[in-house]
Amino acid sequence: MTSVVRTEQLSKDFATGFWRPKPRRVLDAVSFDVPRGEVFGLLGPNGAGKTTTIKLLMDLLRPTSGRAEIFGRPVTDPDVRQRVGFVPEQPYYYDHLSADELVQYFAGLSGVPSADRARKAEAALTRTGIGADDRRRPLRQFSKGMLQRVGLAQALVHDPELIVLDEPMSGLDPIGRRDVRQLILQLRDEGRTVVFSSHILSDAEQLCSRVAILARGQVVALGKLTDLTAPSLRACEVVISGLSATGAAELRARMEAVDCRVIDIADGRYCVELAPGVRPEPVIASCAALGATLVSVSPVRASLEDVFMEATQ
Amino acid sequence: MSASRVQLVAWHVFKEGARDRVLFSVVGFSVLLFGASLLLGQLTAGQDLKIIKDLGLSVIEASGVLMSVLIGVGLVAREIDKRSIYGLLARPVRRWEFIVGKYLGLLMTLVGNVAVMTIALYAVLAWMQWSSPAVVRASWEAPALDLAMLTAIVLVVAELSVLTAVALFFSTFSSSPLWSTMFSLGVFVAGQFSASLKDLAVSLGSPAAGVMGRVLAAVLPSFAAFDVKAQVVHGLPIPLEFVGMTLGYGALYTAAVMAAAIAVFARREFQ
Repeated sequence: MTSVVRTEQLSKDFATGFWRPKPRRVLDAVSFDVPRGEVFGLLGPNGAGKTTTIKLLMDLLRPTSGRAEIFGRPVTDPDVRQRVGFVPEQPYYYDHLSADELVQYFAGLSGVPSADRARKAEAALTRTGIGADDRRRPLRQFSKGMLQRVGLAQALVHDPELIVLDEPMSGLDPIGRRDVRQLILQLRDEGRTVVFSSHILSDAEQLCSRVAILARGQVVALGKLTDLTAPSLRACEVVISGLSATGAAELRARMEAVDCRVIDIADGRYCVELAPGVRPEPVIASCAALGATLVSVSPVRASLEDVFMEATQ
Repeated sequence: MSASRVQLVAWHVFKEGARDRVLFSVVGFSVLLFGASLLLGQLTAGQDLKIIKDLGLSVIEASGVLMSVLIGVGLVAREIDKRSIYGLLARPVRRWEFIVGKYLGLLMTLVGNVAVMTIALYAVLAWMQWSSPAVVRASWEAPALDLAMLTAIVLVVAELSVLTAVALFFSTFSSSPLWSTMFSLGVFVAGQFSASLKDLAVSLGSPAAGVMGRVLAAVLPSFAAFDVKAQVVHGLPIPLEFVGMTLGYGALYTAAVMAAAIAVFARREFQ
């Protein structure tokens, strides 16, 4: 199956210095591909190369080496962008236009016939939560969050198959972030492909099927979220109840001997945090022998944050 | 499809210009100046019509130059500075379409403003025609509502089209609107004297200066060629062949500068 987005050894140098400019590598041999219908996250700390990667995909920057393709065509082919919607980071649009005029303008530039522009602009603005009263107001009166919604509307107005969002949650309040999350999931359910960059890991955890983690311009982790977090099964938590104070003291002594912790929850309920490598079965047996009742056994997996921190440090 | 995108970009620039209060102010101020020229004319017995025509055409040219440079240098630079270009070039828009659209949009704006000022000037001249006695009218070298003035105005528009291309060219690579404005105005002023640059060698007696003068004269646009105000004011004939040649020169020069602007912009990256 052809990838919707594909990069191969994509690298980018920026020249620094005025008199004798020297190249500074900001992106180094970045390779990934995004199949159709996937929500793909480009994650990384500030300065990792997320926006540079997106600008290379949008042909706003030219690679020093490597290649980038969208729908199997080089990103330098402008016709490819007929099928792409893009929202830049902290978008700015023309102050003198209204939201309706802007979205219609961009619809026209994307080849939407003039007869359909008003209808499609209205649908896109409705979908992104811009009410009828706001559509004819000049954009200079819009808040940052509303501009982000207008940005999403202009990106969706021509029904693109691929939507590229650079830090789409940036500057949004919790309601705005929830709405954008829901929109991304709706787009996925419609069979569209979404690529977005973010440094907010909880958003990526809720939305992405796969991620690439960038650090210092390189891909340091790439894959499905489940694959990235599964190998790092940390430990287990065993919750028990009905344990007497004497029994708890005895359990605590046994567990400390094998580097495990016993945490008092309340009213005879305890959580036993098992150290990595300690199997839960003998612990459960010990607890039962001390008169406790098993409540739950939960594996503790590494979160995306753990993976991110390990990969980027 | 290309024509449609160019048209959309051009219409957008025109719409922006039409909502720009600064432009309204420039046009309004120019129209006021035409009115004031009526008073000035009364102070100079027998010369009133010439002064009104001369002042009127000069004001149309000067305000056009001002608008052409001030808006032209910001056409691309402002889009880059405000980052609105990201959303635009992420569309299936060729970079040449963007540049040509921007240029045509500003040209439409300028033509619109020149048209408004021309109507205002003719209104003032019509008042002169109506209010002047027959004896005074007979002393005029050319009629008040002389259509030859339109030739001068067409050449002013041609001059502005060249200057707009120059300002747009600077806008494609300079990140400072101030420098672009200075360079564009510098080219305009130097272009008024480009014919004199050829004589530099003779006056300086230096072969090197002569070569430089000839190169500059060849490269700089000859803006003086577009100026027929004196002929129009004094009712002198302007040969059609001259007008055709000047318009052709303007079109060729504009095409060359636009080609350079497109080539520069096609290589530009947006960090």
